[in-house]
Amino acid sequence: MRKLLLATAAGALMAGAAGAEEIKLGVSLGFTGPLESMAPAMQQGAELAMKEVSDSGLLLDGTTVASVTGDSTCIDAAAATATVERLIAAEGVKGIMGGMCSGETIASLENVAKANGMVMISPSATSPALTTIEDDGLFFRTAPSDARQGDVMADIVLGRDIKTVAVTYTNNDYGKGLADSFAKAFEEKGGTVTVNSAHDDGKADYSAEVAALAAAGGDALVVVGYVDQGGSGVVRAALDTGAFDTFVFPDGMVGAALETNFGSEIDGSFGQNPAADGPGRDTFLKMAEEAGFDGSGAFSGEAYDAAALMLLAMAKSGSTDPATYKGSVMDVANAPGEEILPGELAKALEIINGGGDVDYVGATAVELIEPGESSGTFREVEFKDGKMEVVGYR
Amino acid sequence: MDILNALVVFLNFVFIPAAAYGAQLALGALGVTLIYGILRFSNFAHGDTMAFGTAVVILVTWGLQSLGITLGPLPTALLALPFGIAATAVLVLATDRAVYRFYRVKKAAPIILVMASVGVMFVMNGLTRLLIGVSEYRFDDGARFIINVRDFRDWTGLPEGLALRSTQALTLVVAVIVVAALFWFLNRTKSGKAMRAYSDNEDLALLSGIDPERVVRLTWIIAASLATIAGTLYGLDKSFKAFNYFQILLPIFAAAIVGGLGSPLGAIAGGFLVAFSEVAVTYPWVKVVGYIAPGYEPGGLMQLLGTEYKFAVSFVILIVVLLFRPTGLFRGKSV
Repeated sequence: MRKLLLATAAGALMAGAAGAEEIKLGVSLGFTGPLESMAPAMQQGAELAMKEVSDSGLLLDGTTVASVTGDSTCIDAAAATATVERLIAAEGVKGIMGGMCSGETIASLENVAKANGMVMISPSATSPALTTIEDDGLFFRTAPSDARQGDVMADIVLGRDIKTVAVTYTNNDYGKGLADSFAKAFEEKGGTVTVNSAHDDGKADYSAEVAALAAAGGDALVVVGYVDQGGSGVVRAALDTGAFDTFVFPDGMVGAALETNFGSEIDGSFGQNPAADGPGRDTFLKMAEEAGFDGSGAFSGEAYDAAALMLLAMAKSGSTDPATYKGSVMDVANAPGEEILPGELAKALEIINGGGDVDYVGATAVELIEPGESSGTFREVEFKDGKMEVVGYR
Repeated sequence: MDILNALVVFLNFVFIPAAAYGAQLALGALGVTLIYGILRFSNFAHGDTMAFGTAVVILVTWGLQSLGITLGPLPTALLALPFGIAATAVLVLATDRAVYRFYRVKKAAPIILVMASVGVMFVMNGLTRLLIGVSEYRFDDGARFIINVRDFRDWTGLPEGLALRSTQALTLVVAVIVVAALFWFLNRTKSGKAMRAYSDNEDLALLSGIDPERVVRLTWIIAASLATIAGTLYGLDKSFKAFNYFQILLPIFAAAIVGGLGSPLGAIAGGFLVAFSEVAVTYPWVKVVGYIAPGYEPGGLMQLLGTEYKFAVSFVILIVVLLFRPTGLFRGKSV
């Protein structure tokens, strides 16, 4: 027994020694919980970037990168905090790619990451609260804030000369957060929101909700919902009673299902969803396919970008110490410098090692704005003759 | 002109939706009340009987559509209705044989039958989901509108629009026909009279040579038909989703109890009462008031309750009636 213990201890020591040249990155995602179906593609996205960097052998004189995963559960802040605590204290990670959902991200950032001076880059937390949080410059995200989408949506609506709108949102954090940020931005820019009310998903009939919206009135109806859920029900009832004939659709509603559900009935309606244009996304999809996973999964590209940004920042600052490299994240993400697409991480490292500048574009056209979040590229769509057409990017 | 606008808004958002919904509730409540009157228990499985019948109707509708058979401007589901009724009747007769007859022969207390029906409800619940799944289905085809908003505005020149969906009109027409047929059956035919006699006094009915099993069978068949028709109309007008049929059980019971359990006339009145209360209480009246009284500008929407609380209205009606008039408006049997 004693021998076995000794051998185990020795083995552990040797394993530790062998890994000394290795950087560990924490991957804290909700592998169980309400978004568990999205987590694997996000993990694989992040690991794809790590592998690319390891294989190049160009990061800090040939250091390799390994991922350590932890389950953030998405909804249980205590579990996420414990996970991040473990990643930092027991695994000794140099940075954390996560968390996944806004609530747990806020909890683990405030309770653990800040106390330990650890950098967190979230691929998918979109709550506006993370913009104003006191983060000591440690938190970044490659997903745009919902406040940003609210702002973009307000611009799009006003750009079409619509000054008064009614807003209905699906009764959850996403719906309420986005509806509120839109209402705030819209009113600041001079528009009027006549009513901002919730609808519940999964009901047979939305005529009562629509009657209330119609009584409040407005030139258009903003439907912050889900296209496979109550959102379509609200649009159906509004069309049937003639309450509204112009609709504004944010990201949860923009989908092919709108065409099949309503055809030309919603001509003249419009909306937006986050979608990067450009070649980065196509390249990433191809790389993901070769690596054997679906890169079109939600936030998979954002996860790749989060991990890549962290590693490039380490290369740029020449250090794996979060306190040092946190200052380089914005630097590598934005202009000036050579534009870097997915699959070009080796090239980026070469430029950085040679003392040059890079502008990381990545899978999702990353452009970080203060205080360290994606500015978010949104695609503006419009319905014409029963078809959804892309009319521009914002 | 303003009065006309107020009227149009009222018709469009309150009267027409509430009337169609009321007719659907009334048909459902008729089934509940019939079973209560004759078999003497509250059938909790009624909502899921409606769901099962509608599911069969939808499947047959799809079959007919794939064969290229349609009804022109009317929904194809009307053609599929007899198949749905037949399947549902077989199902409830089998259930009666397997479950309820056992307790009836033992002359079990009504509460035991009610509990048995809760069990049946869960079985039917699962059966419907196995048959068609849990998703939402739309199966109305044919013309969607009799009057649509744009045409109405062009035609009248009023700023307010009025829509009358064909399914809403169909619901009302079918409900009137079904109710008329039911009353004719109950009041004029020998079988109907036998059913009423059995309902009034079981022992006397037995003495006068009425076959109780036949009365029970007839009751189930009629209840199955009413359930299938009500479910199909509800599904045509809104959409079919198995879970929603479980949810409308509450307003249906509220309707039956308000009208007086066991009273067919009461079930109809109750259905419309519940539907109009639900819609009127959650409707914001600001627009209607704005047209009637142009000078008066209220601050809010003049909405008594948020639309989230729609189902609460049925609960309140149920409690008030049970407290102050337990036998219902039409003096049915006491609950």
